[in-house]
Amino acid sequence: MLLTIYDFTRLTTAIHTWLTSKMGDTLVMLSEMVMVGLCTLTFFVVLCLILVYMERKVSAFMQIRMGPNRVGPWGTVQAIADTVKLLLKEGLTPDGADKLLFNFAPILVVAICFAAMAPIAFGKGLAIWDINIGVLYISAISSVGVIGILMAGWSSNNKYSLLGAMRSGAQIVSYELSIGMAVLSIVVLSGSLKLSDIIMAQESGWWIFRGHIPAIIAFIIFIIASTAEINRAPFDMAEAESELTAGFHAEYSGMKFAMFFLAEYVNMFIVCAIGATLFFGGWMPFHIGGLVAFNNVMDFIPSPIWFFGKTFGLIFLIMWFRWTFPRLRIDQLLTLEWKFLLPISMINLLLVTLIAIMGWYF
Amino acid sequence: MGSGALILLLICGVLFSAGGILVSKAVARTSKNAQKGQPYECGVPTEGNTWIQFNVGYYLFALIFLVFDVELVFMYPWAVAAKATGIFALIEIIIFMFILFLGLLYAWKKGALKWM
Repeated sequence: MLLTIYDFTRLTTAIHTWLTSKMGDTLVMLSEMVMVGLCTLTFFVVLCLILVYMERKVSAFMQIRMGPNRVGPWGTVQAIADTVKLLLKEGLTPDGADKLLFNFAPILVVAICFAAMAPIAFGKGLAIWDINIGVLYISAISSVGVIGILMAGWSSNNKYSLLGAMRSGAQIVSYELSIGMAVLSIVVLSGSLKLSDIIMAQESGWWIFRGHIPAIIAFIIFIIASTAEINRAPFDMAEAESELTAGFHAEYSGMKFAMFFLAEYVNMFIVCAIGATLFFGGWMPFHIGGLVAFNNVMDFIPSPIWFFGKTFGLIFLIMWFRWTFPRLRIDQLLTLEWKFLLPISMINLLLVTLIAIMGWYF
Repeated sequence: MGSGALILLLICGVLFSAGGILVSKAVARTSKNAQKGQPYECGVPTEGNTWIQFNVGYYLFALIFLVFDVELVFMYPWAVAAKATGIFALIEIIIFMFILFLGLLYAWKKGALKWM
């Protein structure tokens, strides 16, 4: 039995009924849109600041350093100081660049980030748009991001940028296949593409525990492929500093660079949120099927805390990867995907299907 | 919220990024310099044109990806219906995967998966 006090649908319906009692239909829709827009913008900004700070602190923790600790208490205002610094920097456009595409690329990348956040359930009943093809929507939207990267690299009129963008394109499209297969295995288990249905299907336990070993293999494939998908180390071929200066954003400076930087962090959040939703039940508290008393105790922890706890746990894992594994070469990277991950994920999908159809999961 | 959410979020994204860039343009100091507009390349001027023919290896991967991605799109509706359909869905997907796997083996054998 899930507690209803943490159900956000009550809050949203209350706001909706209050608004309808005050004004007409069009105005209600407009004001709701403005509210959602403002909330999303605030969330985006806060998320960026937290992730940048977290990245620096985690890096420092891994290397036994202090990390930022001068600006504000424990260096918490460091990210804001960095933002102000980037804001005051001159945004250069190289003379030979394709001006339109060069300036449009950061806008496209950020807009895609925003759009991909729509179906994510931040808590019970707290999703912007709980679309019935949620999983497909996210994979479709996030695959547009690669166009922004190619656009940035090509339009810079710099050979390093072009090389970085091409590598990034080859890498992202390759790893999209394994990510799709890993996601499909959870769709097979849940029998729905809607994220809220997938979460509700995990009411008696998260899929990673209930789906036996195939679910764990699917999760490992998912986390490897998504690290590659968001261009994080050890798969950061696109911006390998030692060989390509900075890859596709070598020519970007000031706020335009900041946009790529922020988009990368928000993409990390989105990927981890999807991973948490599919494999760890999203906002679903830790339930063990049959243990009613235990499940009721777990229900007292609000759903957003569960969601953000799991998501930031996965983000920490991805940040951990960066300081653990050496960077792969481009040929090793593509070999890993096409000769190892893809066949394994294909066979794994068959195993998951067998388990789902036979009802062998817990 | 309906499909308006997509448009709303795209507008938010454009507002956020374009707004940031425009604010930066308003407050940042700028200076003109002939050297500034050159591509960032170790200090020496770039040799030749950047927009040239490119290694076919990248496009080969894109082509194989295209084939597999279309197959993957076919598998989404199957995955939703798999549990309800029962054992027939499993047999069907085994045949489908087998053909897909043959395609991968063919590409492998032909050397399309080898870099350079």
